[in-house]
Amino acid sequence: MNPAVLTLHDAGEKLRKHELSSQELTLAAFQRISETDEKIHAYITLCRDAALEQAKQADERLKRGGNPPPLLGIPIALKDIFVTEGVLTTCGSKILGNFVPPYDGTAVKKLKERGAVIVGKTNMDEFAMGSSTENSALAVTRNPWNLERVPGGSSGGSAAAVAADQCVAAFGTDTGGSIRQPAAFCGVVGLKPTYGRVSRYGIIAFASSMDQVGPITKDVRDCALMLEAIAGHDPADSTSADRSVPLYRQALTGDIKGLRVGVPKEYFITGIAPEVEQAVRDAIRLLVKNGAVVEEISLPHTEYAVAVYYIVATAEASSNLARYDGMRFGHRAGGKDLLETYMLSREEGFGPEVKRRIMLGTYALSAGYYDAFYLKAQGVRALIKRDFDAAFQRCDAIVTPTAPTTAFKIGEKIADPLQMYLSDIYTISVNLAGLPALSLPCGFDADGMPIGLQIIGKQFDEATILRLAYTYEQATEWHRRKPSL
Amino acid sequence: MSYEPVIGLEVHAQLLTESKIFCGCSTKFGQAPNQNTCPVCTGFPGVLPVLNKRVVEFAIRAGLATGCQIARSSILARKNYFYPDLPKGYQISQYELPICTNGCIDFAVNGAIKRVRLTRIHMEEDAGKNIHDLHGAWSLVDLNRAGVPLLEIVSEPELCSAEEAGSYLRTLRAILQYLEICDGNMEEGSFRCDANVSVRPVGSAALGTKIEIKNLNSFKAVEKALGYEIGRQTETLTGGGTLIQETRLWDENREETRAMRSKESAHDYRYFPDPDLLPLVINDAWIEEIRASLPELPEARKSRFISEYGLPAYDAELLTGRKDIADYFETALKTHAKAKSVANWIVGDLFRVLKERKLDEQLTITSWPVRAQQIAELVQLIDGGKISGKIAKTVFDAMLDSDRAPIEIVAEKGLEQVSDTGSIEAAVERILAAHTKQVADFQSGNEKILGFLVGQIMKATQGKANPQKVNEILRQKLKADR
Repeated sequence: MNPAVLTLHDAGEKLRKHELSSQELTLAAFQRISETDEKIHAYITLCRDAALEQAKQADERLKRGGNPPPLLGIPIALKDIFVTEGVLTTCGSKILGNFVPPYDGTAVKKLKERGAVIVGKTNMDEFAMGSSTENSALAVTRNPWNLERVPGGSSGGSAAAVAADQCVAAFGTDTGGSIRQPAAFCGVVGLKPTYGRVSRYGIIAFASSMDQVGPITKDVRDCALMLEAIAGHDPADSTSADRSVPLYRQALTGDIKGLRVGVPKEYFITGIAPEVEQAVRDAIRLLVKNGAVVEEISLPHTEYAVAVYYIVATAEASSNLARYDGMRFGHRAGGKDLLETYMLSREEGFGPEVKRRIMLGTYALSAGYYDAFYLKAQGVRALIKRDFDAAFQRCDAIVTPTAPTTAFKIGEKIADPLQMYLSDIYTISVNLAGLPALSLPCGFDADGMPIGLQIIGKQFDEATILRLAYTYEQATEWHRRKPSL
Repeated sequence: MSYEPVIGLEVHAQLLTESKIFCGCSTKFGQAPNQNTCPVCTGFPGVLPVLNKRVVEFAIRAGLATGCQIARSSILARKNYFYPDLPKGYQISQYELPICTNGCIDFAVNGAIKRVRLTRIHMEEDAGKNIHDLHGAWSLVDLNRAGVPLLEIVSEPELCSAEEAGSYLRTLRAILQYLEICDGNMEEGSFRCDANVSVRPVGSAALGTKIEIKNLNSFKAVEKALGYEIGRQTETLTGGGTLIQETRLWDENREETRAMRSKESAHDYRYFPDPDLLPLVINDAWIEEIRASLPELPEARKSRFISEYGLPAYDAELLTGRKDIADYFETALKTHAKAKSVANWIVGDLFRVLKERKLDEQLTITSWPVRAQQIAELVQLIDGGKISGKIAKTVFDAMLDSDRAPIEIVAEKGLEQVSDTGSIEAAVERILAAHTKQVADFQSGNEKILGFLVGQIMKATQGKANPQKVNEILRQKLKADR
């Protein structure tokens, strides 16, 4: 058995018991990558030498014993949106095709301090804009369960790498579903924490008011351990919350008796695949069987979420992406003067989806349109938040499908942005409201593609959704299935 | 038809914080290009701004000193435009809900006090500097200044002449200097001014077409440019022409303004609240703490100088126009409390030397030609009858650039005033004996000749004789001789 198939907590136990070394584990991950990544293309950059050095150091720390942190010696992958000192960081874009950052972001620093081994940087939709990873300027990532299908996006590389055991666990980012939707498509667990739970310093910005870092893992326990490692206040991120971080692993009690679970009626109407609905309804029944109390709830403004999101997110993006001007880093075209250099650098450097969103966002903020678009969208966003507040008066968590369908075919939606946008219909509201939400496997469709169950929690109540997810996972076998590659 | 100008000023004041507004980089001036930079102020991917608390404190100080309302919750916003000196492609500034609103500044103009209201004061980051003509066809960018904190102070369009604008600016600068939040150096760009000016028929309530003037690098430039622009606009309208709303640049050499860009080509800055920075919440306790720590401001100090020291308004104005001079004056008073005589020496002889040495052009005088204590001791010698005012000038000159006490100089040079009656009488008699003609003139009614005789006696005593005594004795002798 290749030890890279292990979960983080199993591998960690073997490391601490000295039944396995980090170097063996890391080499095993690279072995797995060399066997499978030609098919999957999960990675943009591999950090083999640095990873083996980190593994060696981890082995030394493990030898000293004590109480090593859970991630010590564990090979993990990072979405290429994480700024890594000295390591190419493209954000899936040609405009950063040559960008080697001079600093590490806060999450990366924490991971290094905790002794994690960074295997490489994974593929993603350019600037995290997309739901299939097809918008990457560098590669097309394939779903390990079916190479003709997309892995989801934008953290498609991270989800595929975890599903294909090319690493033990990975991190992604989620602005409108970019962790949860690919986790669902690839049959793994993905968690988007509460906005402010994890520092955004060193995460290349897409939509600053919604971007959030989170883990993609093989099971729920791993997810809890990964979140513990990176959560917490960061003075370098003014939007990070100054609140203590609980030991999430302690939430994994298996006891959900009396927990009130809401099921929003608006999430089971349009466009949902029957097999997905069936799997989610079955999952809800299982929760009830384990002691949860389920009731139907209403989130009346759900239908506006996609529209609001594509105004707010694109407005912020249009400004966040202004810095890619070819002046200080990244791609610079040879223009005859300043204006032409700006225009050609951005023309050549950005892909079509990024340009589309920059234009949408620029328009939404323009004089004369600001009130009608941006301001109106912020108003509706507040209403969507209020829907959740009201719902959480009556329940402790909300359960929905993660995506309306299972992974679609590569090329199927790329020509139709609106169809693509709708694949995030169940995940987007959560980002608008700043809530935590998790996706975990809850079945497979007739084509053998994984289905994801989404559990949404109250602000800063990741513990409850982890507890629910863990209980469900303990009662099912979905997470143990592996794609055949 | 005659026209009147309407002027509003926008001042950008660089704040004297140690570090930049959104990162820990130094604000030190004159470093090697791009030395004071980091990933945050050069806009690298993934970085985030963190607001410098000191900048907020300075903004509140400025707001309290100008009677503004301090917003308990204010918003930092992004102003979006492309330029190589603006690394992020947007400037973090304030738009809706600035930190200070509705203030005012009182200043003297033609002997009266005028009040101009302030629309707002807001915080923002400075841009870097583009350097042209240094590297062939290329322009170079120095980002040391990018992220240096600024206050933008916007007046209502209530100034009515170039002179008022100048006076307003000088007063505003003095306030910021008293607050120790800005050094006020216009030439080096730490105190910058853009002017909005329009003209309208006298008596009309509506505003005319607004022209913005940029590139005003000195008080003189502000006054000259406004004067030019008011003339240009008036002539255009009088000649039947029309004005267009535009931005014009002041050309220092040609002493004229020229068109830079029109309203049609103006940027759409697409302001929106910066999602990287939470709304800035300020509590009352902090505001009160800052209020309690505010220094005495120029106007208050001037009034106190008048009431406490009995100085004429003119002297008080001259002494309080600069904080360093007012401090100097009050330091001197600790040694010798006769305010009016100390003030005379400062606004007289000391100011003359400051001007000769161009020290008055410095923002703050750090090395004075004479120390405050020395000048006080000198005045003390005069007031105590130890030396005459005339001799004091000699002593003053000898004190320049030396650390010596005036009494030492007096002793060394033997300049002490002669007040004993015997030696003065002797001198008087000698002079009277040598000037019989003048004595006769005096006695035949030409009293003016007395001055001449006093002068002769002073000359004979090398100016050391107590002039009052000389007068007294001389009159007695002349009367007796009659």
